Amino acid sequence: MGQLGVRERAILAAGQTAIEAKGVTKQFGAGQDAVKALDNVSVSIRENEFFTLLGPSGCGKTTLLRLIAGFDFPTDGEILLYGENIAPLPPYKRPVNTVFQSYALFPHMTVAQNIGFGLEMLGKPRAEIDRRVSQMLQLVRMEELANRRTSQISGGQQQRVALARALAPAPKVLLLDEPLSALDYKLRKDMQIELKRLQNETGITFIFVTHDQEEALTMSDRIAVMSKGKILQIGSPRDIYDRPSVRFVANFIGETNFLAGDVVSVEGASAQVRLASGGTIAAGLPEGLKPEGHVTVVVRPEHADLVKSGGTADLRGTLENIVYFGTDTHYYVKLDGGETFIIRQQNAHGGGAGHKPGDAVGVALEANSAQVVRD
Amino acid sequence: MASHFDVKRQRGFAAVAMVCFFLLYLPIATLVVFAFNAGSSLAVWEGVSLTWFMAAWNNSAVQEAAARSFAIAVIAATIATAAATMAALATTRTEPYRGLTFKYAFINQPLMVPEIVTAVALLIVFSRIKAWTGYSGLGFIVAAHTAFCIPFAYLPIRARLENMDLTLERAAADLYATPWRAFRRVTLPLLWPGILAGFMLAFVISLDDVVITEFVKSGGQDTLPTYMLGQLRRIVTPEINAISTIFLAISVLVVTLFFFISRRKV
Repeated sequence: MGQLGVRERAILAAGQTAIEAKGVTKQFGAGQDAVKALDNVSVSIRENEFFTLLGPSGCGKTTLLRLIAGFDFPTDGEILLYGENIAPLPPYKRPVNTVFQSYALFPHMTVAQNIGFGLEMLGKPRAEIDRRVSQMLQLVRMEELANRRTSQISGGQQQRVALARALAPAPKVLLLDEPLSALDYKLRKDMQIELKRLQNETGITFIFVTHDQEEALTMSDRIAVMSKGKILQIGSPRDIYDRPSVRFVANFIGETNFLAGDVVSVEGASAQVRLASGGTIAAGLPEGLKPEGHVTVVVRPEHADLVKSGGTADLRGTLENIVYFGTDTHYYVKLDGGETFIIRQQNAHGGGAGHKPGDAVGVALEANSAQVVRD
Repeated sequence: MASHFDVKRQRGFAAVAMVCFFLLYLPIATLVVFAFNAGSSLAVWEGVSLTWFMAAWNNSAVQEAAARSFAIAVIAATIATAAATMAALATTRTEPYRGLTFKYAFINQPLMVPEIVTAVALLIVFSRIKAWTGYSGLGFIVAAHTAFCIPFAYLPIRARLENMDLTLERAAADLYATPWRAFRRVTLPLLWPGILAGFMLAFVISLDDVVITEFVKSGGQDTLPTYMLGQLRRIVTPEINAISTIFLAISVLVVTLFFFISRRKV
């Protein structure tokens, strides 16, 4: 994670915006049947960034990608590529390439012909195309299969060809539409690393669309979490995971505990919250939120400890269930206020041993681990 | 009993099937056999010979009608296939929209209207046009054949396009291909077997047509089927069997090719 921080800072320092969406709205249908797939979305994606659009199906992430690629046109708003509005241009006039979910490889061409297609359409000389194609084949480690038909290679290999084909014309931005969803678990893990490597080696801005939160967390420099046509939060994976600003984000990414409470006082970016099931704790505040009265606080299961009933604790309850997961163990605590709180403890630490279901227990929260979220 | 029920194996099915096959193929088999009859009877076998094939081959009326049939079929099938290709592209290379089903029905209309109705309608319209323009050439038959061949050419082409990922053209556009180049380099090469299959089907349908041709043709414009129909009104010799046999062979050949081409994978 330390390395990622360095890289992130480098991108921030470079600061140049590659793609910017300004107030983009996409409406399908008209009148009463009108559906807003995107509702006044604005986002800046920096040069050389691995940027992920994350959200459930129908949240608008693919629509935004299609608008950037040029397969569809916004109802309102602008899409700027290095400051130039490309929203009205057809796809073949945009220096942006796409890796499709279905790969969309041309079945009547060989692997090499597929990779060279974009350069050929750009009217590059044969020698340059051949040189670039062999460079790309090397990049995705497919040299031996250059003359195979695309139907004669495996799914993982097709994925690599699709990547090489989209990277060959050296686009300013590469769009990836859930490209790993058709692969099995093991291959997907390999390709995640492969994608990161390709991005580092080519230095191209990647915009990655996925509904898989784990994939988003491992690969991205920044993530935009989307729901119902809006971007709810943009931030580094760590921000999104540890400091979710909206209930939906906290719920969609990872497992989390929701606690009801009342605001006692607010000081800067932190609030004192009296929890319904226990004491008063300090909780971080999302930017620009000055809460009053009733709020929801989230705490990740790994940021809490199980303590004996006599010990110092923020929450009190009864241990309901213990589930062993190999690397860690989950404890389900029925809080006095009625909510269920999940604690995750790594087994290597030997944490939590000695408890059994039915015990009266306390839950101690790590300092700075609680966060107030917008509903 | 219920547990042994098999829809494919029921009492009487085999018998019904046999009757159907006999009705279908026995007459054809008889026709082919008597094409090789040495005598001039359609019912009495007098030994094997190729006499009637030779007679048909040397009959100038047959030659003319066959040449005419062939020319009409090639021209009509070509025009129909071009039109059907465009129609198939327009109805499949797009997201579904309101009115699409209506367009399908409209394109396939010639399959549903009774042929005799179309024939009479064309007869009336064409006779007017013939009177006005003084032109009475083969153009009328070609036009009529083209019209009813379109749905036959359309079906295999559309079937091929429907199995083709819409994303392919999108990928081509994404890789800087203009719409025309995307069509030339991606759509057309993949569609080619469908177009060929559509052409062959249209060709056979045109070659085989009697009703519409009979109504539309002017004097001296017999195609092979209308010539054969005309011959049946006179003395019938195994020559007609010989012509039919050759006709059958050509049809079977083209339809077999059609079958293999339309099943071909990319």
